[in-house]
Amino acid sequence: MKPPSEPEATPAAPAPVNPLAGLDQSVSDFSYDVKYDYDAGTGLTPATIDYISSVKKEAAWIREFRHHALKVFESKPLPTHWATKDLETLDFSKIRYYLSQGAQKPKRTWEEVPDDIKKTFERLGVPEHERKFLAGVDAQFDSESAYSSIKEVVAKQGVIFMNSTEALREHPDLFRKWFGKVIPTSDNKFSALNSAVFSGGSFIYVPPGVKVAHPLQAYFRINAENFGQFERTLIIVDEGAELTYMEGCTAPKFSTSTLHSAVVELVAMKDAKIQYITVQNWAPNVYNLVTKRGLAHENAEIKWIDCNIGSHLTMKYPGVVLKGRKARGEVVSIALANDGQHQDTGAKMIHLADETTSTIISKSISVGQGRSTYRGIVRIPKHLKGCKNNTECDALLINTNSRTDTYPAITVQGQTHAAQHEASVSKVSEEMIFYMQQRGLTEAQAMSLAVNGFVNDLVRQFPMEYSVELKRLIDLEMEGSVG
Amino acid sequence: MSAIEIKDLHVAIGDKPIVKGLSLTIKQGEVHAIMGPNGTGKSTFSKAIAGHPDYTITQGDVLIDGQSILALEPDERARAGIFLAFQYPCEIPGVSIANFIRAAMQARLKDGEELDATGYYKQLYAQMDSLKIDRKFTSRAVNDGFSGGEKKRCEILQMAMLKPRFAFMDETDSGLDIDALRIVSEGIEHMRGADLGILLITHYQRLLNHIVPDFVHVMYDGRIVKSGDKSLALELEAKGYDWVKTELAAS
Repeated sequence: MKPPSEPEATPAAPAPVNPLAGLDQSVSDFSYDVKYDYDAGTGLTPATIDYISSVKKEAAWIREFRHHALKVFESKPLPTHWATKDLETLDFSKIRYYLSQGAQKPKRTWEEVPDDIKKTFERLGVPEHERKFLAGVDAQFDSESAYSSIKEVVAKQGVIFMNSTEALREHPDLFRKWFGKVIPTSDNKFSALNSAVFSGGSFIYVPPGVKVAHPLQAYFRINAENFGQFERTLIIVDEGAELTYMEGCTAPKFSTSTLHSAVVELVAMKDAKIQYITVQNWAPNVYNLVTKRGLAHENAEIKWIDCNIGSHLTMKYPGVVLKGRKARGEVVSIALANDGQHQDTGAKMIHLADETTSTIISKSISVGQGRSTYRGIVRIPKHLKGCKNNTECDALLINTNSRTDTYPAITVQGQTHAAQHEASVSKVSEEMIFYMQQRGLTEAQAMSLAVNGFVNDLVRQFPMEYSVELKRLIDLEMEGSVG
Repeated sequence: MSAIEIKDLHVAIGDKPIVKGLSLTIKQGEVHAIMGPNGTGKSTFSKAIAGHPDYTITQGDVLIDGQSILALEPDERARAGIFLAFQYPCEIPGVSIANFIRAAMQARLKDGEELDATGYYKQLYAQMDSLKIDRKFTSRAVNDGFSGGEKKRCEILQMAMLKPRFAFMDETDSGLDIDALRIVSEGIEHMRGADLGILLITHYQRLLNHIVPDFVHVMYDGRIVKSGDKSLALELEAKGYDWVKTELAAS
């Protein structure tokens, strides 16, 4: 999370009339009054860290790691010199940093889940057996029934796949070797925060030469704790191995808190391939401040496919450090900012070796007063040879009040590199909507078709079930956006 | 048999009156042609009937089988059987022709009903073959990067698939070369029949050589000033629009 430092343009126009006034924007925002077995209370002090570490029965080194991270967090200012001032509304003293229900089952029932949420699950086509879990009434997603065969297969191949809390206990050496190496604690204020209070997230190790045929999903290992705000994921794919990992889902995410700050570290050894797919649909009050980065060794390939929908503010710039010769990095990102939402997303590509290649394709959609920002860093230093970057940012505006900004920072030094940057802004015009309506589509159907058309080439890169859900999700988002 | 009845229609764009009292009844099975010089309100009138938000109907009524459609949204009018073949069809990037027409057909089904995909493609390919449209076209985005002729053929394809009761065809002949004109005209002729009422809006007689209308109307200054059969079009072609103007001034 250290994108370029261009100053933010100040909005010139007076506050526009809210075109969506009166619409219920909080449809996917729901929570329960729950009593937790473990609750670190509000605010963040060294005592909070000790509480978390004790509950998790952690080793001394990790407790130290957390305490150090807390100091770093406190010493770092909010990055408001380049990011939105909106961050200042976060009150760190009022946030709960650790909640866990322990081993017990949640006390709420399916009957308590609001009807509109049930309806949304239905319309998104979320499988029956996943709904209860997603609604927070099942603590553990019943992975055995749905995915046990896949799990058996990967275990036979020697793949380690578990909760990061378990991994710290069961594979401390492997974990420690890579943990915090791709994204150091001091990378930014929120990576420091995560390092201090992290909980949940996945740990995956794929042995050399193993090609994991099925995408692994965060669903497998998720439990009440993983719904926590500070997930920590570490994935190591050894030489010549391949992995696709998917996290999130299109269903509105059950959330007990407003600040989510995850850290995801990927390591692709020589000739390895990692594809990391994220689809997230946050409640509109959530701050989603995430640091994601991969380290690609020689001839390795890391691809981030990232889809951000919902939240109040999302700041996320997946990156790839191209450390070995011929390493390849790619970020494909789709962001949809509806009324009252700000999607500040982008990518980072740091070239550190000859003949490294990076590609960034970003598409954003701003609806109503939604705002989307692309920020990117591409750095190719002078001493390297034969590096390539291609950056493409397209923005779609629906409604005159929406806003989009693009801050691409591409630094290329030296004579033997090739860099390309393309950007476009387009609008869904009244004529286009009328044309589609004339063919019998409702205004909302016309809008979603236009939006789906805009992201169509990127959605095709998602696994089938995700792209279908994504299309439905866009339909739902658009439905709420036309009066 | 259904009819669309346009009664004393007045249409304004902003404060400016464009159509000033137009009356016309089109029955299913009939082909009408409206001719007239530029700027007399031909396109305005057809867009107003389709429900374009920029066009305000200030007076008069439009009825299908005695029911006014003016309170309906553009999509409701479309589903009621009105089709507008656009003079300048809109581009929809990223949305393939196959998906677009499919969505439009799906929108005509009841809640919970799903369009049969196999039957749909069979029908689509048959229509494309008869309009001499390459099958590769189905995966191209609607009108995106199309030539003038391709756009017009795409309009006719949509019309053939959606099977409207009343089609308003706004200068469908403009921008077509002779071959494209023939293919498009054959397509329209092919659809001609007891279930379809057609209104052709055109400047030129040449389209009417291919599609012989049952009625010809001359529009001038927002009104129909003269009606007749196909011979009126020929007379108009021979004498020019000034003839109508002079005649109108004399009366």
